[in-house]
Amino acid sequence: MPHSYPALSAEQKKELSDIALRIVAPGKGILAADESVGSMAKRLSQIGVENTEENRRLYRQVLFSADDRVKKCIGGVIFFHETLYQKDDNGVPFVRTIQDKGIVVGIKVDKGVVPLAGTDGETTTQGLDGLSERCAQYKKDGADFAKWRCVLKISERTPSALAILENANVLARYASICQQNGIVPIVEPEILPDGDHDLKRCQYVTEKVLAAVYKALSDHHVYLEGTLLKPNMVTPGHACPIKYSPEEIAMATVTALRRSVPPAVPGVTFLSGGQSEEEASLNLNAINRCPLPRPWALTFSYGRALQASALNAWRGQQDNAGAATEEFIKRAEVNGLAAQGKYEGSGEDGGAAAQSLYVANHAY
Amino acid sequence: MAHRFPALTSEQKKELSEIAQRIVANGKGILAADESVGTMGNRLQRIKVENTEENRRQFREILFTVDNSINQSIGGVILFHETLYQKDSEGKLFRNILKEKGIVVGIKLDQGGAPLAGTNKETTIQGLDGLSERCAQYKKDGADFGKWRAVLRIDNQCPSNLAIQENANALARYASICQQNGLVPIVEPEVIPDGDHDLEHCQYVTEKVLAAVYKALNDHHVYLEGTLLKPNMVTAGHACTKKYTPEQVAMATVTALHRTVPAAVPGICFLSGGMSEEDATLNLNAINLCPLPKPWKLSFSYGRALQASALAAWSGKAANKKATQEAFMKRALANSQAAKGQYVHTGASSAASTQSLFTACYTY
Repeated sequence: MPHSYPALSAEQKKELSDIALRIVAPGKGILAADESVGSMAKRLSQIGVENTEENRRLYRQVLFSADDRVKKCIGGVIFFHETLYQKDDNGVPFVRTIQDKGIVVGIKVDKGVVPLAGTDGETTTQGLDGLSERCAQYKKDGADFAKWRCVLKISERTPSALAILENANVLARYASICQQNGIVPIVEPEILPDGDHDLKRCQYVTEKVLAAVYKALSDHHVYLEGTLLKPNMVTPGHACPIKYSPEEIAMATVTALRRSVPPAVPGVTFLSGGQSEEEASLNLNAINRCPLPRPWALTFSYGRALQASALNAWRGQQDNAGAATEEFIKRAEVNGLAAQGKYEGSGEDGGAAAQSLYVANHAY
Repeated sequence: MAHRFPALTSEQKKELSEIAQRIVANGKGILAADESVGTMGNRLQRIKVENTEENRRQFREILFTVDNSINQSIGGVILFHETLYQKDSEGKLFRNILKEKGIVVGIKLDQGGAPLAGTNKETTIQGLDGLSERCAQYKKDGADFGKWRAVLRIDNQCPSNLAIQENANALARYASICQQNGLVPIVEPEVIPDGDHDLEHCQYVTEKVLAAVYKALNDHHVYLEGTLLKPNMVTAGHACTKKYTPEQVAMATVTALHRTVPAAVPGICFLSGGMSEEDATLNLNAINLCPLPKPWKLSFSYGRALQASALAAWSGKAANKKATQEAFMKRALANSQAAKGQYVHTGASSAASTQSLFTACYTY
C-alpha cells in the first residue's frame, strides 16, 4: 500500500466537522426544500397552482419567512439551484435570510437518475461532471453542505449487486469532491418503499446497501466526521399487508444502522419517503426512544413531511401565507421534539398531517 | 438480490450475543493462552525450560488454578487444541476448572499462515477445511468462542489490496462457520508493528484493513452482535524513531475504530503485539479515557502482556507456583482496571513488566 496522500488538511477537516455538527445539533434537523422544477410541478398541481418560477419563489418565501422559532429546530435547509439565487419580496436573497437565522445553507447537486442497462429498471445518479467547479461556486455563494440522492428499489431481483455497487461508488465520488471544496456531503442512498416486502426484508437490504456505501466512502478516502447520512427508515413496503408499530420500525431502523454506520458519522438525517407528516414524526420519536445505544444524532431531513400542511394552507393565495408559515413552524417544532424523543403525539387524526404522501416511484 | 435466507435463528443469535457480552462484561478481558507448540517453545526457551507437553501443562495449570476472584478480571481464556484436553494434577480438565470459575472457554481455530504468491512476502491464513466439523466438536467439548489470527504488515507495497481482501475474506468465512456452530468468532486482523512507519501511517492502514474486514463480514452475513474484534492498537512501527504518548496512541486507535467498527460489535479486545506488560496496560487505560464516543467495550486479549512476569517468576519450578499466580493476578487486575479507565500506575514495575516483548515478524 502506498503511503497515504492525505485528501484533506487538518483545517479542512475541522471546518467540515464543525459544519456537520452545527446542522445536527441537539433538537435540530433539516428542511429539504430542494424540489426540482419537475417535483414542484407535482406539488403545486395538487393544490391547483401553476408551476411558474414566481410561484415557486412565493412558496419558498412562505417557508423561509418563518420567525425565530425555527432557529432551535432547523439546523439546515437544502436548496435547489434556482432557489439559491432567488430573493424575497424585499429583495433580500433567501440565502441571507436563512444564514441570518443561524441555519446552514445546503444545495442539491445531483442531476437526477439514469438507467443502468441490463438491470430490472434500476438506476444510478448523474452529476459528477464539472462537480468540483460547481461546488466551488456554490461555496462562494453561501452553501456549506450538499445533497445527492441515489435510488434503490426492492423487488424479486433487486437491488442487484451492480446497482448497489454503482450507486455506492457514485455517492463516494460526489462526497470526495464536495469535501475538497469545503462542502459537507449528505449521502442519500434511498431504498424506495414501493413493493409488498415486509419489515425484515427492508432491514436486510438496508444493511447491505449501507455496508456498501461505507466501504465505498472508505475506499474514496472520505472523511466520515465531515459527512451526514440521509437514509430511509426501515419500513415495510407500501403494499405490505402487515402493519408495524413505530417501535418496530424504530428497532429495525436503529439495528440496521448500528450494524453498518460507523460511529464517526456525526448524524443520521432520515428522509420521510412519502410517510405522512404525523407518521414521520412518530417514527422519528420512536427511533429516538429506542433502547439500543447509538453514537450518532438521529434526526430529520424532511421535504414533504415538513411542508404538506403548509402547502395545503397556502394554496397559492398570499392571504394564506401567514397561516401556511405557521403550519410549517408547527411541523418543524414537532420534529425538533421527535429528534429528542420528546414528542407526545398530536392526538389529532386527519387533515394533511395524517394523509399519506406516498407517490409511487418517487423522483424529486 | 435473492430473498434473504437467514443465516441464524433468533435463538442462535441470542446465544451468540450473550456469550460475547459475558466475555467483556464489567471491565473483563481475555487471557490469550493459545500459544502453539512452537510459540510456547520460544517462551519456555527464554526462561530456560524444556518445551515438553508436561511443562506446557504445568505452566497452564498454575495459571488456571488461581483464586476464583480472577473471574472479576478475566471473562474468557483462549486455549490451544492440546490444552483443551489437558487436565490438572488431580485429573480435572482445565476447561472445566475455567468454566467453574465462570470463565468462557475459547479455542484457537486457524492453522497458521500460507504465502500469497505475487506479493511482497504477504500471507493469508489456512484452516477453513473441515472447520465446521471441528467447531461442532469443540462446542461439544466446552468451547464457546473461537479465535483466528490474520496477519498484515506495513512495508513497501504492503499491505497490498490482495492481502487485505484475502485476509478479510478468510476471516469472514471463519466467522460465518463459527456462528453456525454456536461459537462466537473473535476476528483478529493484526497489522504487525514491524517497520519504521509513524503513528499516522499505522492509523491509515488500520482504517483500510478494518473497513475491508467489516465489509467482508457483512457480505458473508455474519451477525456482528455475536462477534468480538481483536485488533492491534494503532502504534508507530517498532523501528520508528519518533516516540508517542499513551494519549496519542489512544486517540489514533479510537479514531481508527470509530471510523470503521459498527456500534453493533459488543467488544474490542486489543492484542498486545509485543508491548511490555506495563505499556499494554497504560495504553488500554488511555484508550478508555479517550474523549471520543466509544459504543463498544474496549478491553484486552493479551498473551505476552499478561504472562511475561508470571513466566519469569515460574522459571519451571513448582515451588514458584504462588509467586507465578500472584504475578499473573496482578497483571489481570491492572488490565481490568485499565479496561474501565481506572488504572493508576504505581511506578513500581518489575523488570519483566517493562521489558519489550517484541519479536520480529511474530507468528504464534
